[in-house]
Amino acid sequence: MSDNLIEAKNLVKRYDGVTVVKGVSFSVARGEIFGLLGPNGAGKTTTILMLLGLSDIDEGQARVVGYDPVREPLSVKRRVGYLPDQVGFYDNLTAADNMRYMARLIGLTPDQREQRIKSSLEHVGLTGVADKRVATFSRGMRQRLGLAEILMKDAQIAILDEPTSGLDPLATVELLEIIRNLKQHNVSVLLSSHLLERVQSVCDRVALFSGGEIVLMGTVPDLRRQVLGGEFPVEVEAEGEGLRDRLAAVPGVRAVEATGPKQFRLLADRDVRPEAAAAVIAAGGKLYQISDLPNLEMIYTRYFHNLSNEGARHAA
Amino acid sequence: MRREGSPFQGLGVVILKELSDHLSSWRMRVLEWLVVIAAVAVLVPPFGAIQQIKENIAEDPFLFLKLFTRAGGALPLAAVLSFLVPLVAIGLGFDLVNSEHNQRTLSRVLSQPIYRDALLLGKFLAGLTTISISMVALWLLIIGLGVFWLGIPPGAEEMARAFIFLGVTIAYAGVWLALALLFSVVFRSPATAALITLGLWLFMTILWPMLSPAIASVVLPSNDVLEVINTQQAFARLAPSALYNEVIAVVLDPSVRSTQQSMFAAMGLVLIERGAIPDAPIPILQSLLVVWGQIVGLVAATILLFVTSYIVFQRQEVRA
Repeated sequence: MSDNLIEAKNLVKRYDGVTVVKGVSFSVARGEIFGLLGPNGAGKTTTILMLLGLSDIDEGQARVVGYDPVREPLSVKRRVGYLPDQVGFYDNLTAADNMRYMARLIGLTPDQREQRIKSSLEHVGLTGVADKRVATFSRGMRQRLGLAEILMKDAQIAILDEPTSGLDPLATVELLEIIRNLKQHNVSVLLSSHLLERVQSVCDRVALFSGGEIVLMGTVPDLRRQVLGGEFPVEVEAEGEGLRDRLAAVPGVRAVEATGPKQFRLLADRDVRPEAAAAVIAAGGKLYQISDLPNLEMIYTRYFHNLSNEGARHAA
Repeated sequence: MRREGSPFQGLGVVILKELSDHLSSWRMRVLEWLVVIAAVAVLVPPFGAIQQIKENIAEDPFLFLKLFTRAGGALPLAAVLSFLVPLVAIGLGFDLVNSEHNQRTLSRVLSQPIYRDALLLGKFLAGLTTISISMVALWLLIIGLGVFWLGIPPGAEEMARAFIFLGVTIAYAGVWLALALLFSVVFRSPATAALITLGLWLFMTILWPMLSPAIASVVLPSNDVLEVINTQQAFARLAPSALYNEVIAVVLDPSVRSTQQSMFAAMGLVLIERGAIPDAPIPILQSLLVVWGQIVGLVAATILLFVTSYIVFQRQEVRA
C-alpha cells in the first residue's frame, strides 16, 4: 500500500449541468501539509466535500486512508477531521459540551472523552473558557475550538477549509502554529485558502485551483521555477555611488534597471540576494532593503498573465 | 452498491442531545404551560366541565370519559387539544434542520461517523418524545383532577379508552411534527418555515372544513344524500384534524357507532344496525374497529411526510 493518505483521481462534480470540478487529481502523503489554493468558487470546497463523502462524486475515484468515500463514508469520517469554512457551534452550549456531543457521535468512551477534551482544549489554549458558552467566542476562538475537535478525534488527516479567513493577523499566526503542530503529530493536513500568501509558509506542497481545475502543483520553489522560468527578479533599495554598475557586475545578474532614485530591479537567473547585498556594502553604499523571492501570489498572477498573453498571441 | 455500516449509528446520541435541547428550551416551557393552563381552565369548577359532569353523576356509566368530551364553557377538552397539539408540534419542529444550516453546525455534525439518516430520524424522534412526555403529564393531570373533583375512580374500560385517546393524540402530534420537519428541511429560513407550516395548519383546521363540502360537490356532484355525505367526508378527511376528531368522538364515547352518526343526527336520521339497541355502548374493540382506518391514516401521513423530508434532506447540499 502506498503511503499516500489521500489519492484523488480525475474527480468531477456537476451541479445542474454545470461542471464545477473538472477532473482534479492529487495525492497527499502521510505527515504532509498540502494546500488547495485559489480564488473563491474555484472548486476547492467541492473537492473537499467529495473527499469526505459529504457530496457525491460524479466521475473519478478517491481513496482516503485507503477507503472509498462513496461506499465507506463512515470509515473515512472516523479517521478524518474536518474544519468547515466558517465553522459553527451550538451557541447555547459550552465549548466542552459542544465537544462532548461530537465525542459521543464519534463513539469515545466516557473516560477517553473527558481526558481527550481536556488535553485538546489545552493544546489550542482554550482551557480557561471550556465552560463558557460558545456564543461569547470570537472568530479565532471558534477556529481553534474546531481544531481542538480534530485533535480530540485523533484524526490521521485534518481537512481545513479556509482556516484563516476572517482572522486578525495575530490569530492567524497562532492558528498556523497549531497547524504546524499537527504535522509534528504525523497528521496529514489538507487545507484550502484563497489567501495565498498567508498559507504558503505552512504548506509543503500546493495545488493552485482555477475554474475547477488544478493549474499548477508542487512545492513553492518548484512553481517558481515552472512559472518564472530561470528568472529571479530581485528588488534592491540602496544608496551609493555607481551602484548600478556594481550590481550589474554581480555574477548571475543579466540586467539591472533603475526604477526609482534608490530602487534597482535585478533580473537574475538564480537567487543572487546575498551577492547583491555584498556588492552594495563593498561599494560603500547604504543598503535599505532587499525584496523577498516572488511569493505564491506573484507566481499565480504571473501564471495567468502569461496565459492571457499567450491567448492574445494565438488570437492574433 | 451497499454502503457500509448501520444508518442508525449515532441515533441515540442525536436523540439525547435534541431531547435535552427541547426540555431545557424556553419555547417548550411556554408551549407546555399553554397546554396545561388551557386544560385546567376547561376542566376545573366553577366554570369548567367538571361542574356539569358532577350534576349528571348518576346517568352515565362512562362518566370519566366525559372529562374529555363535555364542554363546560365554550369548548370540550378534546377540541382544545385538537387545536393546541399541532401548535406545540409546529413550535418544536419548524427549525429542526434549518437551524443547523444557519448555525453552520450541519457539516461539522455530518463529518462525524454518522449518516444523515440518524440526524433526521433522531431529531424527529426526540421531538415526538418531548411531545409524548408533556402529553402523558397532561393526561395524568386530567385523570388526577377527575378523581379529585368527582371523587370516584375510573373503570378499566374507561382507562383503556383514555389510553387509546392518549396514543392517538401523540400520533396526531406526529403528523404536524413531520410536516414542520419537512418545511424545516425545504426552507433555509426558520421564519419562512414557521409561517408556511402555521399557515397550512390554519388552512387545514379553519378554512378546509368550510371549503371542502363546496369542493366535494363540484368535483363529484350527486343527488343521492348518502353519496353526498360520503364524498364530503372523504374530502374533509384530507385534514388531519378531521381524522383526529372522528377518532376521539368514537373512542371517547362508547355509544357512538359510526363516524357518520353525528352527520346523520344533524339531518334527523338515526343510524341503527340490525339487532342493535340505540345508544347502547359498544365494546372497546368495536369502537377501535370503527376508526381503525383513521388511526392508520394519521400514522401513514406521519410516515409519508417523514419520508418526503428524508428524500429532500438526502439530496440537499451540506454547504451553506
